[in-house]
Amino acid sequence: MALELPENVIVTQLDSLANWCRKNSLWPMPFATACCGIELMATGASRHDLARFGAEVFRFSPRQCDLMIVAGRVVMKMLPVLQRIWQQMHEPKWCISMGACASTGGVFDTYSVVQGIDRFIPVDMYVPGCPPRPEQLIQGIIDLQDKIQREGTLEGSEFNTRHRQERKRALVELPILGQTPIFR
Amino acid sequence: MSNLHRILPELQKFDPALRSDEFRGQDRVWLSASTLGLSMQCLRDRLGFDLLVDVTCVDYLNYRNASDRFGLVYLLANTQSSQRLTVRVGLNEPELSVPSVVSLWAGADWMEREVWDMFGIRFEGHPDLRRILLPEEFSAHPLRKDYPLQGCGERHNFPVLTRSQA
Repeated sequence: MALELPENVIVTQLDSLANWCRKNSLWPMPFATACCGIELMATGASRHDLARFGAEVFRFSPRQCDLMIVAGRVVMKMLPVLQRIWQQMHEPKWCISMGACASTGGVFDTYSVVQGIDRFIPVDMYVPGCPPRPEQLIQGIIDLQDKIQREGTLEGSEFNTRHRQERKRALVELPILGQTPIFR
Repeated sequence: MSNLHRILPELQKFDPALRSDEFRGQDRVWLSASTLGLSMQCLRDRLGFDLLVDVTCVDYLNYRNASDRFGLVYLLANTQSSQRLTVRVGLNEPELSVPSVVSLWAGADWMEREVWDMFGIRFEGHPDLRRILLPEEFSAHPLRKDYPLQGCGERHNFPVLTRSQA
């Protein structure tokens, strides 16, 4: 079927169009609890200029965000707050775990620090570093944009696959050498 | 310059066998839990220690030559004469309880709550002895030496949110 397209008209899939819009207007929720938050601020400021990637609008209400950036360690008392803010964000939403502490607990292997937020909330992208430089965070956001463009769908069915429903890691403590684990 | 010669006669009224020492001009006295209330009252009212700088605690479990399990520390200061005094109280299980000094120094409120939170030492007469740092449902006192550094599983005791629950 031959179809004569007028000028300035592009034919595409609706999914691709939605993904293109979403990936270029990520609104971050800065969940900054530690020094990673300083790098997060630097990323948003003029030198590194997150606005180049359409993600400069940091919103402090979860109702207005679709990208949660967890920057810093999360302690036991903070995790229920983190989960609540995550649940308050609207679909479609994504989560970046920024830095060693948010991803694994980092050096804070103590009784009160959660050993990786991906044990309790879904995480889409991990940014290594302690703290990561703004370039690393920007790379993480670019990779997330690629991921959204690649596998996103209009109605968000990519979130409903079995793989996405599973826990990222088993909820078991790794045995620590020289210490017998005590569980009540 | 030690000021123990001025402090000791007053405190020995409550406890004649009072232990004290001086190290590089810093004065220390050891009080017992039973005479702590009266002695602290005397230190504030008669000896002018009007500022309670800190209340903290040390766990001496498996410590060499330690005579008591816990060593409670009160740091006092006299803002008129710039004197300072360290008050130590030795405590052993199961009598982990001392009289609260909130009625003498209001600033002791949160510091005593922190010692209760971290070491489990009760302050009798405290107006509001709740945990101050850890969550209310926490059951242990984590700065005790017999508490494992990585905890007893408290940090993993949360519901897991998956994509469909969000």
